[in-house]
Amino acid sequence: MAKRSLLKRLGISGGTFVVAVPYIWLLLFFAVPFIIVLKISFSDIDLAIPPYKPLIESAGNHLIAIKLNFNNYFFLFTDSLYFSAFLNSIKVAFISTVLCLLVGYPMAYGIARSAPATRNILLLLVVLPFWTSLLLRVYAWIGLLKANGVINNVLQWMGLIDEPLPMLYTQFAMYIGIVYSYLPFMILPLYSNLEKMNWQLLEAAQDLGCRPWQSFYKITLPLSRNGILAGSMLVFIPAVGEFVIPALLGGPNALMIGRILWDEFFSNRAWPVASAVAILLLIVLVPFMMWYQSVQARESAGDGR
Amino acid sequence: MWSVVRSALTVACSLLILAGCGGKSSAGKGEGDAAAKSGKVLNLYIWSDYLAANTLPDFEKQTGIKVNVAYFDTNETLETKLLAGSSGYDVVLPTASYFERQIKAGVYQSFDKSKLPNLKNMDPQLMLLVAMHDPNNAHGLIYLWGTNGIGYNEKMVKSILPNEPLDTWKLVFDPVYASKLAKCGISVLDSPAEVFRAVYNYLGKDPNSQKPEDLVVAEDVLMKIRPYIRNINSSEYIEALANGDVCVSVGYSGDVLQSRDRAREANKGIEIKYIVPKEGTILWFDMLAIPKDAPHPDSAYAFINYLMQPEVMASISNFKRFANANAAALPLVDKSVTGDPVIYPTPEERKRLSVQLADSIDQTRAITRIWQRFKTGR
Repeated sequence: MAKRSLLKRLGISGGTFVVAVPYIWLLLFFAVPFIIVLKISFSDIDLAIPPYKPLIESAGNHLIAIKLNFNNYFFLFTDSLYFSAFLNSIKVAFISTVLCLLVGYPMAYGIARSAPATRNILLLLVVLPFWTSLLLRVYAWIGLLKANGVINNVLQWMGLIDEPLPMLYTQFAMYIGIVYSYLPFMILPLYSNLEKMNWQLLEAAQDLGCRPWQSFYKITLPLSRNGILAGSMLVFIPAVGEFVIPALLGGPNALMIGRILWDEFFSNRAWPVASAVAILLLIVLVPFMMWYQSVQARESAGDGR
Repeated sequence: MWSVVRSALTVACSLLILAGCGGKSSAGKGEGDAAAKSGKVLNLYIWSDYLAANTLPDFEKQTGIKVNVAYFDTNETLETKLLAGSSGYDVVLPTASYFERQIKAGVYQSFDKSKLPNLKNMDPQLMLLVAMHDPNNAHGLIYLWGTNGIGYNEKMVKSILPNEPLDTWKLVFDPVYASKLAKCGISVLDSPAEVFRAVYNYLGKDPNSQKPEDLVVAEDVLMKIRPYIRNINSSEYIEALANGDVCVSVGYSGDVLQSRDRAREANKGIEIKYIVPKEGTILWFDMLAIPKDAPHPDSAYAFINYLMQPEVMASISNFKRFANANAAALPLVDKSVTGDPVIYPTPEERKRLSVQLADSIDQTRAITRIWQRFKTGR
């Protein structure tokens, strides 16, 4: 009661309050950290606590000097390392997204077409891995893939191979890890899209002489376009900045932007350069996020159909 | 449906976060609120599994100070927390080369030596060595120490190089040797500054050289052996060496020892050896230090002074089988530990050991950059 009267006294209606919550959330957990990172990206490295120089200094005579150092950004363009790391991260994220789509689409389709009672169980099975820490699941893959791990031992026991296949610390292992970890992000939006589909359209197509694969290609696929895009963005955007999975499963030659960030931050102790890399990463990802937003907006606009 | 899925995801995610929090507080500093009020608390930040089983229980019994332990896995993690400020820890254990830089950044308080009467027990020669990092030993004490060297699988290496001397960095850095040993697998530490020291020792240069021209030569050595390196990591090699996935590892003495024990336990006929290369190598010291903003400095002094008691230190060395720097504790350490040249290098080997001084900011950046080329092989 006290709370409501307080809100009333402040002239805030319940509606405003509800709308304000997500904005406050965004402000606290996105805008403020972003501004801090942006600020650090314009400062100079220093051997101190914190390890960068302040932007605002007193210059005496009641003057304050604000020094913005753009060198951290220029520096990123003087060395091809950063560009190739960005490029490679985008490549890895793209391939992972395509693989997730190839694996996830049939699964989402299968769930959407199964009986409503089984659907919930199947959905639960998709979400269930989230109940274990990502790190543990990635470590489980190490146990499966390593030279004397489960897969190699089984293959050797069956006599299919003589020497263990080098799987761990390869691109192959990295893609397995990423696809495995991000698959639910592909399946869930695809499912929610396919689930709304009007299956009578397929029957109608069949009546008019359409073969199953034709009706899939001409009806199901175009109608699930928004689900495909939403799922792809949910996989692609976080995969670009992925650090843990390539570090644990990938080989030492996996040059990802997440690793570069780590090196700058931890090895070089160059918080300003690391911040500049992070800001640039964000700038690279913004177009994709905006695209995703517009797809999502279209998706919810189509809810009423 | 979207909303259902989303709420399911949210629930799953928040459960994850909760699980994360649960794990953290049990290992971290959230405990002992009652003890915190009495001021009798110590927040210790240390490598995992780095004390004897009775070290902390005995300390708590003797002093009534409640110890909250948190673990770090790399010096970088520790350093980042310290540089961010207000870490909340009372005693931390940085490795000396990091410690030196952190002192310059103003992370640590200088010791009030009157609160550390057991300082007299320390080995003066070793303390003189760390004084190169920390003049007058004003900010830190040696907890345990060891060397960087080469661990190898005796049988596998001897079958490839039957008549060659093995006490040399050539095993890794000479392409003639490395190309042969590549068959059974070579790993190096994922620690650029330390591997550069090893390369400089191999080349007969000053291990702490800051000359740009030496970097060029070292890069050349590294790039030539890159095709023969199987793994670049700082922890997985312990297991890999023990079960024969690699046969030669540039590593830490303590880790190779652990690998040797695991190989013996597995009883598959794998014998792991450790050598201090004849060209020389670096020492590592894990230091005990008190951050400037330590919330319970008195507990910190009590703990460090407690660790310097000969019996306490000896039991840690016996239990963990690492060398300590406590002269008074030495007679109490098992002969099997003091007599093991992997743990306590021979006097002859000691002449070849040098201290790893901190690199400048520019040198670190240059080394990291070469290391990125080395790792990616391009």
